[in-house]
Amino acid sequence: MKSPLTFNRYQEAMGLGRLLGLHCEDCGASTVPPQAVCRECGGWNLTIKEIDKTGILRTFTVIRVAPEGMTPPYIVALVETGSGACLMGNLNGVDPDEAGMELMGREVSISTQVVKGDVYACGDIRSPVFTLA
Amino acid sequence: MRKVVIAGVGMTPFGISEKTNIEMFSEAALTAIADSNIEPADIQALFFGNCLGGFEEGQLHMAPFAHSAIGLPISAPATRFESACATATVAIRHAALLVGAGVYDMVLAGGTERATVMSTPLATRTFAMASHALYESPTGITFPGVFAMAAYLYAANYHIHIKELKLHMAEIAVKNHYHGAKNPKAHFQKEIDTDKVLNGMMVADPLQLLDCCPFSDGAAAVVIMDALKAKELVKKPIYIAGMGQASAGPLYVQKNLTRVRAREVASQAAYSQANISPKEIDVCELHDCFTIAEILAVESLGFYEFGKGYDAATKGETRLGGKVVVNPSGGLKAKGHPIGATGAAQVTEIVEQLRGEAGDRQVKGAKIGLVDTLGGDLGTVCNLILRSES
Repeated sequence: MKSPLTFNRYQEAMGLGRLLGLHCEDCGASTVPPQAVCRECGGWNLTIKEIDKTGILRTFTVIRVAPEGMTPPYIVALVETGSGACLMGNLNGVDPDEAGMELMGREVSISTQVVKGDVYACGDIRSPVFTLA
Repeated sequence: MRKVVIAGVGMTPFGISEKTNIEMFSEAALTAIADSNIEPADIQALFFGNCLGGFEEGQLHMAPFAHSAIGLPISAPATRFESACATATVAIRHAALLVGAGVYDMVLAGGTERATVMSTPLATRTFAMASHALYESPTGITFPGVFAMAAYLYAANYHIHIKELKLHMAEIAVKNHYHGAKNPKAHFQKEIDTDKVLNGMMVADPLQLLDCCPFSDGAAAVVIMDALKAKELVKKPIYIAGMGQASAGPLYVQKNLTRVRAREVASQAAYSQANISPKEIDVCELHDCFTIAEILAVESLGFYEFGKGYDAATKGETRLGGKVVVNPSGGLKAKGHPIGATGAAQVTEIVEQLRGEAGDRQVKGAKIGLVDTLGGDLGTVCNLILRSES
């Protein structure tokens, strides 16, 4: 059984400004990022679906002690997209030193950025970026 | 299934060590073997935990070298386990399953980690490898960051002002350092106060330095044995009454980080197998990698309702003398967290508590203990219920 949306295709679409996910023909849930089966019901009957690039910021943190190769401070956030699926990404356009809990529940728009892979990563990866709507 | 016991335990001091991974493991393992009144030649299999040997020492496939270093027989297979911070507990559970099934009578299980040989940025990078490498790591998320996100969500979901929540979190650090000060093997053996916690450097908002456990070196090991065999060998075998292990996906699938679903499922399986309720637990070693993590754990383990466990340490209920003593060893917070060894050290603490051999930190009359170990960003949880009587 082959998933219709591979990591590479998901990444390529991001590069073209599109956020692709999987629509479950069994339960109707959206799965993004892609994986072999529906994240809600485990169904295999999946088709590619464009995911709306807006969402609600559910929680966040300001990283001040970073992994090797990253420059703190920066904000990491968990955003629930309109499709119900959640994405991890970076909140840009907000001063990390001003970031507080009032961010939670705010609407964001979703774009992407290329994160340079380090010696351990499997190359450069496009990762979600959020900006307050 | 046959009845299974822990016959012997051993652990090194936790902290900063000059010893190699295998030297530390050898010390813990030979102590556990001697504590079981057996010889290395009696061990039939080694379930060996290590997470980051490749980065710490450039060493993969450490299990057969550890096996040889302590003189195990060539017929005893040595297998490495890796489940992030839950590594050793998962190794112990699988050892107990195979002893229970009658495949082996005596198995050595445990783990070792030499985390401090790595610089803090490298250690932070390698620990973060237990997040999803394609969909989480590129954001620069760290483990403190994961639990920091859970802390903000907890405050929001349960309508507790973050300042109030942070004060209660600080009380958990104070309590675990108070316990750690009574543990001669703890990484930190000094008491602290809430001012010190709340004045620490910010690591990942809202978590400050003393909300976080340290990177530590150390090893721990236990001998798992068929109960009938153990009766002939040791005075105080400790029974494994219940076990559970569960898995959840990455954070973006889990969504509500205040509910550790893998723990809810794993602990329920352990309670059900042991045929007890959370109220019957006298002593618990749980996964307090961060202060907020202890709050999430006391709730999903069933000691408190969801949203009600945040002030347990403040009220003294989880301190020595309280209604359920949590982390009398000092926990990961003060005892230290050599990730591949942590679970075996938690088991060692509960075994010593149930034998009545825990010295100044003894929980009086403890008969039933719970071990709780979490791996990665809430993706693995393994629970064991231990009893002094069968």
